[in-house]
Amino acid sequence: MSEASPAKAYGLHLGVIALLFVLSFLLPEYYHGLLARIMVLAVFAMGYNMLFGYVGLLSLGHAMFFAAGLYGAGLAVIQLGWSVPAAFAAGLGCGVVLSLVIGLLALRTTGVAFMIVTMMFAQVFYLVILYFASWTGGDQGMVVPQPARVLFFGATALDLTNPTMRYMSALGLFSLVLLITLAIVRSRYGRVLVAIRENEERTKMLGYDTFSNKLAAVVISGIICAASGAAYALLFGYVGSSFASVQYSILPLLWVLLGGGATTLGPLIGTLFMYYVIDITSGYTSAYLLIVGIALILLVLFFPKGILGSIRQRWLGWLP
Amino acid sequence: MHFGPHLLLAALEGLVTSAVLALTALGLSLVFGVMRVVNVAHGEFFMLGAVLAWAITTAIGGHPALGFLAALVIAPLIVGAIALVAERLVLRRLNYNPEATIVATIGMLYIIQQLALTFYGPEARPVEPPFSYRILLPWFGYSGYKLSIIAASALLLVATWLVLTRTKIGLIMRATQYDSETAQAFGIPVGRVYGGVFALGAMLAAIAAVLIVPISQAHYLMGQDPLLLSFIVVIIGGLGSLRGTVVAAVLIGLSDGIISMFFSPTLAKIIATLLVAMVLVFRPQGLFGTASR
Repeated sequence: MSEASPAKAYGLHLGVIALLFVLSFLLPEYYHGLLARIMVLAVFAMGYNMLFGYVGLLSLGHAMFFAAGLYGAGLAVIQLGWSVPAAFAAGLGCGVVLSLVIGLLALRTTGVAFMIVTMMFAQVFYLVILYFASWTGGDQGMVVPQPARVLFFGATALDLTNPTMRYMSALGLFSLVLLITLAIVRSRYGRVLVAIRENEERTKMLGYDTFSNKLAAVVISGIICAASGAAYALLFGYVGSSFASVQYSILPLLWVLLGGGATTLGPLIGTLFMYYVIDITSGYTSAYLLIVGIALILLVLFFPKGILGSIRQRWLGWLP
Repeated sequence: MHFGPHLLLAALEGLVTSAVLALTALGLSLVFGVMRVVNVAHGEFFMLGAVLAWAITTAIGGHPALGFLAALVIAPLIVGAIALVAERLVLRRLNYNPEATIVATIGMLYIIQQLALTFYGPEARPVEPPFSYRILLPWFGYSGYKLSIIAASALLLVATWLVLTRTKIGLIMRATQYDSETAQAFGIPVGRVYGGVFALGAMLAAIAAVLIVPISQAHYLMGQDPLLLSFIVVIIGGLGSLRGTVVAAVLIGLSDGIISMFFSPTLAKIIATLLVAMVLVFRPQGLFGTASR
């Protein structure tokens, strides 16, 4: 794998961001809203990719980090009446605490046990949300009221329910996380993570503390997923327990597998592609889980590297 | 009713749960033990068993026992065949890589569940028990069929144990589990053993489902709880240990009935799941298992 010059790598990513910006003015209304949602969920996938793609830790419980952000922000607005920035920060805070605790516990295990443990913790988180139904709304979920979803800068009020504003906020978060992950991946720390993925024992022997490096990766991944969840609550105004269910732990895995693990743009491509496939097929059949299942099996069988991973392998070795 | 009879009833119900759970978990445990594959679709094989049992009993009609016996034989065979095909087409091509197979079995889970929804529908449908004899205890009458489930399960567990420890097939399976490469070198057809074990695991789940379906009902989402409980049983009992699996199944089955009598079922599930996660974190060999090789 050859190394891209900084200009080439950052240029490509800024180009993608610019393209998404321009699309905001070109897309018809329906796809405009869909793309905003996809960008927020792509952030979730990017958070998942940090851990799965770069460190090689396959978690089956990332829905809990997304839900931590979602409920952290949603409950802060609905139950405590906090402002939008404070609620977003609350969502991030929940993500940090949860990922730290889960990381400390789950990283004691490896391989298959890690997957099962993360899945079980996520299941506990999901059941806790159902159990405290009087605060969380249980399986009905809650709606974040429109008046609460306004961002104040002094005298100017920015309404997050306005489609353009919503699109731009989603794009802002997406761009920020994309550039941060790119910077992390290209840093020394990113190389240590890849080294752990390739051979943990050898990395340990070279004098790296692999446990704390992995823990940091879990927390970074948790924060990014929580940011996605918090943004989802504030931008789309719905907080529901289905986002904490097993299915939402599987979906980011699917998106990343499809787009290409350990590629910075793979999560966006995977999310985009899968969303459109489901959108198109839902016209013919309601059985979209069937598509998800078939896609998962075909991907692990024939395209374990995903779309961008395969492109990188064949043609563009420099792709970050 | 006084406390004593009440507890007896709870214990009997718990034993029925344990009996079914032990069979289901044994299937999961065998597949994991021999193949090192975590089969997330195991619960769906359970569900398929129940749904097929409904289909077969409805198709045959006549005396309920006739349909039930047919279901008890045919449903596991069909499920085993489906599992065998899935193993050949998917798991074998993945070289039984643990992470890839987990993803693939998640895919199978969604496919089977969705197909069941499409062709069977969202309703829960009952199956008539083969006989409705009630055993009269001094305090209450108890369904003889439920007691026969416990007996049937115990019989199957003993049979599996005998096959594993006393026959050549069992020896081959244990050799493959111990060291598949050396087994291959000694001429054991490891690929065929894997296929057989995967089918056998699915069949055990299907038999358990056929046994329980006259009491519960056949529903396309019914595989989820057995999957979670089987995971719990297999982890507590120690992965790949038959004795541990049975002990843990009895433990979980009994405590599940008693805990949900006193607490809300959701809270019981939260506590159980959290405890099991902690067992996996701090004692990965399980409570009864020995340290892995």
